[in-house]
Amino acid sequence: MKTIKQGTYFWQGNEACAEAAITAGCRFFAGYPITPASEIAEHMAKRLPQVGGIAIQMEGEMASIGAVVGASWAGAKAMTATSGPGFSLMQEFIGYAFMTETPCVIVDVQRAGPSTGQATKCGQGDVMQSRWGTHGDYSAIVLSPNSVQEMFTLTIRAFNLAEKYRTPVILLADETIVHMRERITVPPIESIKIISRRKPRTEEKAFFGPEEIPPMPAVGEGFNVAVTGSTHNEYGIRFTASPIVHRRLVERLNNKIERHVDEIADFESYNIDECQIGIVSYGCTSRAIHEVVENSEKRGIKTGYIRLKTLWPFPEKMVKRMAESAEKIIVPEMNLRQIFYEVERAAKGLAKIIQLNKIGGGELITPEELLVKLEEMEKND
Amino acid sequence: MTETFSIGKYLRKLKLPFCSGCGIFTVMNTFLRGAHELGHKDLSKFVFCSGIGCSSWIPSPYFIADSIHTPHGRSIPVATGVKLLRPDLNVVVFGGDGDIVGIGLSHFIHAARRNLDVLVIMVNNMVYGMTGGQVAPTTPFGTRTTTTPYGSFEQPLDSARLAVTAGACYSARWTTTHSNELKESIKKAIKTQGFRFIEVVSQCPTAFGRRVGFRDVGEMLKWLRQNSVPIQKAEQMREEELANKIVVGVFAQRKRVTLTETISNIIEEAQRIAK
Repeated sequence: MKTIKQGTYFWQGNEACAEAAITAGCRFFAGYPITPASEIAEHMAKRLPQVGGIAIQMEGEMASIGAVVGASWAGAKAMTATSGPGFSLMQEFIGYAFMTETPCVIVDVQRAGPSTGQATKCGQGDVMQSRWGTHGDYSAIVLSPNSVQEMFTLTIRAFNLAEKYRTPVILLADETIVHMRERITVPPIESIKIISRRKPRTEEKAFFGPEEIPPMPAVGEGFNVAVTGSTHNEYGIRFTASPIVHRRLVERLNNKIERHVDEIADFESYNIDECQIGIVSYGCTSRAIHEVVENSEKRGIKTGYIRLKTLWPFPEKMVKRMAESAEKIIVPEMNLRQIFYEVERAAKGLAKIIQLNKIGGGELITPEELLVKLEEMEKND
Repeated sequence: MTETFSIGKYLRKLKLPFCSGCGIFTVMNTFLRGAHELGHKDLSKFVFCSGIGCSSWIPSPYFIADSIHTPHGRSIPVATGVKLLRPDLNVVVFGGDGDIVGIGLSHFIHAARRNLDVLVIMVNNMVYGMTGGQVAPTTPFGTRTTTTPYGSFEQPLDSARLAVTAGACYSARWTTTHSNELKESIKKAIKTQGFRFIEVVSQCPTAFGRRVGFRDVGEMLKWLRQNSVPIQKAEQMREEELANKIVVGVFAQRKRVTLTETISNIIEEAQRIAK
C-alpha cells in the first residue's frame, strides 16, 4: 500500500487527517506526543516512510514546527499536529511562518483548557487563539471540520490554501471529531484538486513581494534566498527601522488573505434568508443542527443555519445576511463565547445574538438542549 | 589552489552591522577562508540557519547563499527540517551562546544525540550582546553584567564538553586569537559527517569588554590568549586551577551512524514491507 486508493473506509478522524495529508502531497511530518492528537503522529510515522517521506518525533512542539518550517523551505509540503498546550508553544513559529510566507499545515486538536485542563476531553476553546495567538498584525486561515469525512477533505484543503497563499494554515479540529470513527469516501484520486506552490523562474529574484503572492524557491536550487522573520524587503534583506518597508510587507501579508475572504471562507448554509431563528455553529457542536432544524420546523419555527467550515477569515457577509432575516441568532459553543462576539459584530445589531455555552468533561451540546433553548427564545418574543 | 581568497566573492554588497573590534569579523572571515581552501568557489553547496543575536547575522543576509534566519534559539530545529529533506547540502548553523546553549539548549543536545548532520558554529561572547550585555549561561562566575550588577552568581556551561557527552562527532573550542587553528577546525568539521560543534570564544568590546574593565580590544584579545589552556595541558590540571580558564582544542573526533543514514534505512525498510 502506497498512497490511499479510491474507496470507502471506516476511519478515525486522526487517521483520515494523516491519509489526507499524504494524498495532498505531504512528505514531512514532525510532532511531539500529545492527547488527543498523537494518533496523527503515529499514523504518519507508519505511513510516510512507505511513500518515501519522513516523520520524526522532535523534542517538543517548538522544535516540531521549526523542523516543519525548515522542510517547507527545502521544498516539501509539511505538517505538524498538536493540541492546546502544544499549540500555545507553536505560536512563535506560526508568526514566523506568516512573516516568511512559509506554507505549512498545523493541526490543533482542541481539548478542554486553559493549561493542561482536561487532556482527554473535548473543547472548542482555541478559536480565538487560532486567530490571534501570535504577536503582531497578522491574518490567519483556520478550518473547522465536523466529521471524519471533513478531516479528510479539509486537511487537503488546508494544504491547498497553504500552498496557494504561501501561509501557515491551521486545521482546528476537536477531540470528538478526531477520536470518533465514521465511514468515509475517498473519491477517485485524480478527481482531487491538489495545489502546489508557484516556483520562481530562473531569473527571478524577488520572493517576498512585490507580487501579492510571490513565487517560492527552495534552498539548494541556486536562488540564494534569504529568509528572515525580521522585517524585510522583497529580496529578503532586513530593514528593521524603515516604516515604509514594514508597512508594505505587513499590509501585503494581511491583504493577501483578507482580500480573498470570499474564496477562502467556506460554510454550509440553510434557509438563511427566510428564518426567524438562525444558528451559527462549527466543529463537533454543529453535528446537532440538522436534527434541531428538522424538529423546530415541525413545531412551526422557521429555522436556518450557517455551519462554518472556515472560522478565519470569518464570513461576515453571510452572517449579516442571516441577521437581516432572523430575529435571533443562537451560537452554541463548547467555550465561553468565542465565535459569539464575532457573530454579534457581523450582525451589526440586526438580530439579537444568544449564547449557548457548555464546557468541561467533554460533554457535547445535545440537540435537545439546543431545541429547548430555541423554544425559550421563541416564547420570549 | 590557484585562486587567491577574496572575501567579497562570498558577501552581498551590504554594510556589515557589527561594532568595530567585534570577534564576529574573525569568525566570518575564517569560515569563508576555510570554505575557499576546501575549493568552494561559492556557497551553493551550503544552507545556513541562524537564530537571533549578533552572530546570527553572520550568514543572514550577508552570505551570497541560501540562509534562514529563524526565531531565537530555533535555528537547529529548522536546520533539522532542511537537512532531512536535502541530505546532499552542507547545513551550517551560526549562533551565539545565548541562542545555542541558552534558549536553544534542548535542540542542541537533541541534535547531537540524534547525530543530525549539521555543523554548529557558536560564537561565545559570554554575554547577551545585542540586548545590551545581560548575563548569559556562559558568563564567567562573578562577572558584573547589566542583570548581575553584583557579579554573576551562577557557574558557566562547558558547551564543547556537553556536545561530546550528547554525542557529537566533532567538538572543538578555540578563541578568536586562534584563527589558524579555528580555520583548520572548520575545514575538518565541514568534511566530517554527523553532528559537529565549534565554539569560538570571542570578544564583545561593546557589551562585555568595556564593562568588565578592558581598556581596548587589544587588551581583551590578550586576555583571551593568556587564559587559553590547550586541552592536553588542562587534563593535567586541577579543577581550581582551571577556574575561569578557556580550555581550547579538539574535544571529540569520531564516527557514529548519522541521522541521515538511519532515516534513509527506515524509508527503505518501510517501502520493502509495504510492497
